[in-house]
Amino acid sequence: MRAAVITFPGSNCDRDMAVAVEHVLGKAPIRVWHGDAQLPDGLDFIALPGGFSYGDYLRSGSMAANSPIMRSVVAAAERGVPVLGVCNGFQVLTESGLLPGALMRNAGQTFICRTVPLTVENGQTLFTSAYKAGQTIHIPVAHHDGNYFADNAVLDQLEGDGRVAFRYGEPVNGSQRDIAGILNVSGNVLGMMPHPERAIEKDHGGRDGRALFESALGALNAA
Amino acid sequence: MKVRIHVSLKPGVLDPQGRAVHHSLEGLGFSGVEDVRIGRLIELEVAEDTSDAVLDDMCQKLLANMVIENYHIEKLEQEAAGAA
Repeated sequence: MRAAVITFPGSNCDRDMAVAVEHVLGKAPIRVWHGDAQLPDGLDFIALPGGFSYGDYLRSGSMAANSPIMRSVVAAAERGVPVLGVCNGFQVLTESGLLPGALMRNAGQTFICRTVPLTVENGQTLFTSAYKAGQTIHIPVAHHDGNYFADNAVLDQLEGDGRVAFRYGEPVNGSQRDIAGILNVSGNVLGMMPHPERAIEKDHGGRDGRALFESALGALNAA
Repeated sequence: MKVRIHVSLKPGVLDPQGRAVHHSLEGLGFSGVEDVRIGRLIELEVAEDTSDAVLDDMCQKLLANMVIENYHIEKLEQEAAGAA
């Protein structure tokens, strides 16, 4: 079982992500730099952390989506390797085309930093099997560009396919249909704005994020 | 060759930034403003022989996000660019 956390210039949740993975997996993930041409061989899990890669220049995540390592991440995702993108990582995933839609400026124009309720919409995915569908969990958000947009045809397809993993339990940022996290067609790529890696230990104020890592890393351990 | 890429939000995509600016204009007493949409202007200096296809490719791969944005390419004459 080998996990990796990618760091871009301007990532700032990469350490938190690495610590969360290590807590659940019992082993530190490999840290990969954006300029590396290749991912290490034999990865079973890749995490794209939050932050402000490349200073959010042009559009959040757009520069990182075109960095050397992302070609390798896209190839791995297409081979079926599980990829988790949180916050800026979600923005990188939409910009790279691994996930549909786009993340726009929050409807209220302000940076939002608080813990929000989320509904687990699908409890049978690689990343959510340790939750129950319909369960409410509390996870922190911290973003300026989290307003999920896709056209109605895409939204209908996401909902119809069970690819909406998490929905906000209250209005947060103007996201279409309150979508907080979505999966790709194959179910091995999850992008979400809330930060599960910030809800791992009791001292974080809650441990609701832990089950996500237990789902993804546990499922892999069992495989 | 100087090229201007105008990137704008697609019709139907909500522009909260434009809406806030619209409210501010009204607050300043400018009446008759029907809508405000905010886009982005990117100026490129490219080789003379750069084809339209390559410019399109630049826009679609990086400069615009085709999920939410449209783009328009404006090529500036060298004289006009120099005089500006």
